[in-house]
Amino acid sequence: MHVHRQERIWMTFGLAMLVIFLAVITTAAVVDGFVPPSHVQSIDPTKVAQTPPFDHPGLRKVADGAYEAYYVARIFSFTPASIEVPVGSRVTFYVTSADVEHGFSIPETGVNTMVTPGWVSQVSHTFKERGTFLLVCNEYCGSGHHMMAAKVEVK
Amino acid sequence: MVTTIAPSRGGDALELSRANGDLLVLTHIYTSTLVLGIGALFGMLQGFSRANWIVMPAWFDYYRMLTAHGVLMALVFTTFFITGFFTYSVYHTIPRVRSTRLGWIGYCVMLVGTVMAAVAILDGSASVLYTFYAPLKASPLFYFGATLLVAGTWFVAADVFLNVAWFKKQHPNERIPLPAFIAACTLTMWIIATLGVVAEMGLLIPWSLGWTSGIDVGLTRMFFWYFGHPLVYFWIMAAYAIWYTVVPATFGGRIFSDGLTRLAFVMLLLLSTPVGLHHQFLDPGISAGWKWLHTVTTYGVVIPSFMTAFAIFATFELAARKAGRRGFVNVVRWLPWKDPVFAGPALGMILFIFGGFGGIVNNSYSMDVLVHNTMWIVGHFHITVGGPAALTFIGATYGLVPALTGRTLFAPRLALIQVYTWFVGMAIMSTSMHWAGLLGSPRRTADVSYFGAQGAATWHPQMVGAAVGGTIIALSVVMFIIVATGTFLTDRSAQVRPAFTFATTNEDALETPAVLDRLGRWGVLAFALAVLAYAGPVTQQIQAHAYLAPGMRTW
Repeated sequence: MHVHRQERIWMTFGLAMLVIFLAVITTAAVVDGFVPPSHVQSIDPTKVAQTPPFDHPGLRKVADGAYEAYYVARIFSFTPASIEVPVGSRVTFYVTSADVEHGFSIPETGVNTMVTPGWVSQVSHTFKERGTFLLVCNEYCGSGHHMMAAKVEVK
Repeated sequence: MVTTIAPSRGGDALELSRANGDLLVLTHIYTSTLVLGIGALFGMLQGFSRANWIVMPAWFDYYRMLTAHGVLMALVFTTFFITGFFTYSVYHTIPRVRSTRLGWIGYCVMLVGTVMAAVAILDGSASVLYTFYAPLKASPLFYFGATLLVAGTWFVAADVFLNVAWFKKQHPNERIPLPAFIAACTLTMWIIATLGVVAEMGLLIPWSLGWTSGIDVGLTRMFFWYFGHPLVYFWIMAAYAIWYTVVPATFGGRIFSDGLTRLAFVMLLLLSTPVGLHHQFLDPGISAGWKWLHTVTTYGVVIPSFMTAFAIFATFELAARKAGRRGFVNVVRWLPWKDPVFAGPALGMILFIFGGFGGIVNNSYSMDVLVHNTMWIVGHFHITVGGPAALTFIGATYGLVPALTGRTLFAPRLALIQVYTWFVGMAIMSTSMHWAGLLGSPRRTADVSYFGAQGAATWHPQMVGAAVGGTIIALSVVMFIIVATGTFLTDRSAQVRPAFTFATTNEDALETPAVLDRLGRWGVLAFALAVLAYAGPVTQQIQAHAYLAPGMRTW
């Protein structure tokens, strides 16, 4: 089985790209902590309303400029429907579903995670710009899916 | 044995040899053509809905239509074409006296499954989209239908394997004919992949029948994507099969290398399944380490992809040189761009370059948060399955239908216009979708205006662009159906029976290492890799929690 010289060069180029891409991704993950949201914490999806802290969803201040926001996704709304944080705040979102699969996405911020019944999702973001951000469900959850939205006010 | 079908209007009888399965293959091809037509109509209406041009009525709402579009295009159109094409590949390269019974059983089981799932979708009891994520609970009819669609393909695969085994027994010192090898290799991959469907249906069916009260949502998602990504490679491997073995024949070229072709397909077999977690990068309950592992294995596909790109362009250049053409521009101009059997796949290749670029972004681990579940993903799979795969299958249909019916292609000029229109429509639609995704527009959403919310204001122009592109594609599909059915319905017997031939290789196939033909062994290795890649994450799912979710119908 003959492999042409030009093909060897081409394949070397391909393999080099592969190695470089993986090196960049791995370095970013290990050094800078750029990993996809992968929180592992289970919850009984039928008892979300009784399970702290999701029995009282909402925003909690943990330190100056640091917040935790607990969300319950339920067809076809998020609770809380609106939160307000000062500009520059780092917000860690904890989200779980009380019924079906949902998505949790704040477009153009990098806040994006699946919300799976039985699990708690976690994602953090620092809001550096003022404005009203739209928070949408980006996984199909039923007939009112396109109405499932909330907002984040950054003052 | 020859079956004679009387033509609709006088003239010579249409002869379809049963022994070489021409009628079977033709039935597959026409089923896929019909499904493409219905699916494209739904697709166009979706574009109109998202552009806010129309609002779908409650009795056939957007999500019901979206489920029908996804299932018909991703699972039905592609599967019928691919199983038909591979049956042709095997029957025409392994000549023997054979029974086509197994092939027909497979076709009928697939058809019954499709009809069952279609009924469930159309009556509104299965608006769960083509991913049917639990705990959305469709009617049992939907799950049974999907299972039968897959079960039918197993009969076709068994038919292919038995023919290849017969050949090996008769010709122990020869290599399996390349098109038959590719068919058997791809279907080996498919069998391993569809084990994920079997596992998932093992959870879903008893639950949908009310025998179990809850479902492990994370586990069903993992089983789905264990199958969902190799499903993509099933389309791509079939398209590659045509690029490697059929496209060169349209300009008198030869297959670049027998051995490297087989090696590329064996690598695709090995690398198709242990990769599915890259669809679940943003899922909770799966550790980041497992996701990283699947990033690495997914990137492994770079190797057979680069080999394929090299082989295809080398085939072009070598044939053009033989005809005295040199230099990039001259080679490109020399190629038969006015033959739809060439132009369809070739235009698909151009789209696939961009599909590949997008795929690198999607698989880039943390970068996925920027595009996950946005319209970018929709743009990506339309420029892959809707680009290279669909255009290749359409191009091949233009070659297969005349060869199988013995008739000249009806309106060949329309066929040519059709592939170029599809290319333009898909380029417009997919670009708009990618762009909308970068602006954050969610996918799978009937209306992206969000009551006039500020953040959603930038998405509308892209949705209009997608609707315009979608309209062009729908018009293209109408042309395709006119040509495909016109060839059958009008009586235009060809003087010389049109051929759909496979190209021959440059080198002696016996130079190919015999070990590459040992598909059983490669299949076992591929399954072992899949088990290795999934043992950890599946164990994590099962061990981490015992919470089950009750089924729901939220539509």
